[in-house]
Amino acid sequence: MSGTRPRVAIVGAGPAGAFAAACLLRARGDVEIDLLERLPTPWGLLRGGVAPDHQEIKRLDDTFDRETLQRGCRFVGNVEVGTDVSHSELMRHYTAVVYATGAQTDKSLGIPGEDLPGSWAATEFVAWYNGHPDYREREFDLSAQRAVVIGNGNVAADVTRILALSVADLERTDVADHALAALRESRVREVVVLGRRGPAQAAFTSAELRELGHLKGVDMRVDPEDVELDPVSREWLDEQGTFTARTNVKLLREFAARPPRTDAARRISLRFLRSPVEIRGAERVEAVDVRRNEIVRSDDGALRARPVDEAVETIECGLVLRSVGYRAVPLPDVPFDERSFVLPNQRGRVRGPDGEPLPGVYAVGWIKRGPTGILGTNKRDAEETVGCLAEDLQAGVLAAPPEPERERIDALLAERKPDLVTVDGWRAIDEHELALGSAQERPRVKLASRDELLAAAAAQATRSRAGAPSS
Amino acid sequence: MTYVITGSCIKDDSCIEVCPVDCIHPKPGAPDFETAEQLYIDPAVCIDCDACVEACPVDAIFAEFEVPEKFAYALELNADFFAELSTAERTAA
Repeated sequence: MSGTRPRVAIVGAGPAGAFAAACLLRARGDVEIDLLERLPTPWGLLRGGVAPDHQEIKRLDDTFDRETLQRGCRFVGNVEVGTDVSHSELMRHYTAVVYATGAQTDKSLGIPGEDLPGSWAATEFVAWYNGHPDYREREFDLSAQRAVVIGNGNVAADVTRILALSVADLERTDVADHALAALRESRVREVVVLGRRGPAQAAFTSAELRELGHLKGVDMRVDPEDVELDPVSREWLDEQGTFTARTNVKLLREFAARPPRTDAARRISLRFLRSPVEIRGAERVEAVDVRRNEIVRSDDGALRARPVDEAVETIECGLVLRSVGYRAVPLPDVPFDERSFVLPNQRGRVRGPDGEPLPGVYAVGWIKRGPTGILGTNKRDAEETVGCLAEDLQAGVLAAPPEPERERIDALLAERKPDLVTVDGWRAIDEHELALGSAQERPRVKLASRDELLAAAAAQATRSRAGAPSS
Repeated sequence: MTYVITGSCIKDDSCIEVCPVDCIHPKPGAPDFETAEQLYIDPAVCIDCDACVEACPVDAIFAEFEVPEKFAYALELNADFFAELSTAERTAA
């Protein structure tokens, strides 16, 4: 049979790739799928992004596992497409290639001092506390009393919460051990969160905002003046605001009305209508200068923040986490839309420079639509891309690859990456981490370096059988 | 009695697919679906069949009397979503 069944490579084993694999298996039971991943572990941001104190969401890994790996989809970990194997090589061996590589870098603020030591992309902090092996060596200085988080989305809420949580609460999570050790010694007492726009426009979900306001031993400070909505925002909230925006404003008013708590170990201060204009410091971050904004309606009807011409305010701090959005990076040998930071595509069919679909090349998730939506958004997104792929397979648009035999791609990958991680290797890592966690009454203890992960995977390979990915 | 969706909802629409009385909203394609941070159960329509609880991949749904303390707010939030929705529909009509 090998060589006659369509073979699909999905590049990136995060939520978008996993939903796409599951959806493709449902649509076309005859398709052979390889899930290629540059890390030794699958599930992308579910493992490396979702906060360690949100374990319930991480349970989605059971569904991913059941609907992909347990149904014959192969995991090919520790293989980076573009480095270890090229796009054109994949096209020689697979009927179709689906890119699900996400948005791997962060947007910049474009202000002076952004690159001072002590100023970090929030995503780096997230990768570090979640045990991403490429971030283990980062050293976040938590010795100053105040940290500033720039941004009002859920990543901003996550990093704020991790900085404010008590050690006792953190110890019950699967936060990486190196991060736990550093957070134990943290001297941060206040986290100031800056939002460019007002409370009505904050991008937090109300669930994240509520959680921030109900942390044990944490005082939540919101200036009552900040939650007095300007007329433009009030009108917008009433007429166009979402249920979440109205819930957020209600919550923020509640927080603003609370008396200060003097017994709290830590404080979170939410500041609205404040933009950073400069990050300052001689050797490293010492302060952030912020300017006040007002909300105005622009010609296209959208609300935007306009700087108010008055003196800047200086907020002293020793750590800055910038969280103003993710951004995708181009992939070698694949078209990239430099303006929208996505693969140019129509409903998931990647288009070439002439605008026509490139036969057999697809995109799903953030690399397709940009970094928007939540986990489940990828399910609908995957349905759309897989729908196109299944349609093209059905219509006979996709030619058989020049080298359709599975053995050929397995040999190539094994030669390039003798330490590639198969599903057996991943299961060995998973069991090892769960066992370590169980001994410490934690959900999991992550192996947070590539060497440790590969050693755990290899231990299994020698126990069962070494070599090519198991089918 | 009703079932309640909490803040760990990831907007996977598995619950919508299995609900026999169509009481989970917003649905994919609805104007407020993309901006909704989670899905909600209409307490006036829910028949407590438990199908959504079984279907949810992240265990975000609870029977009213089993909602964990940290999600206690969710009962009112689910009801509020539909109260606001009906107000909007009445205004639009």
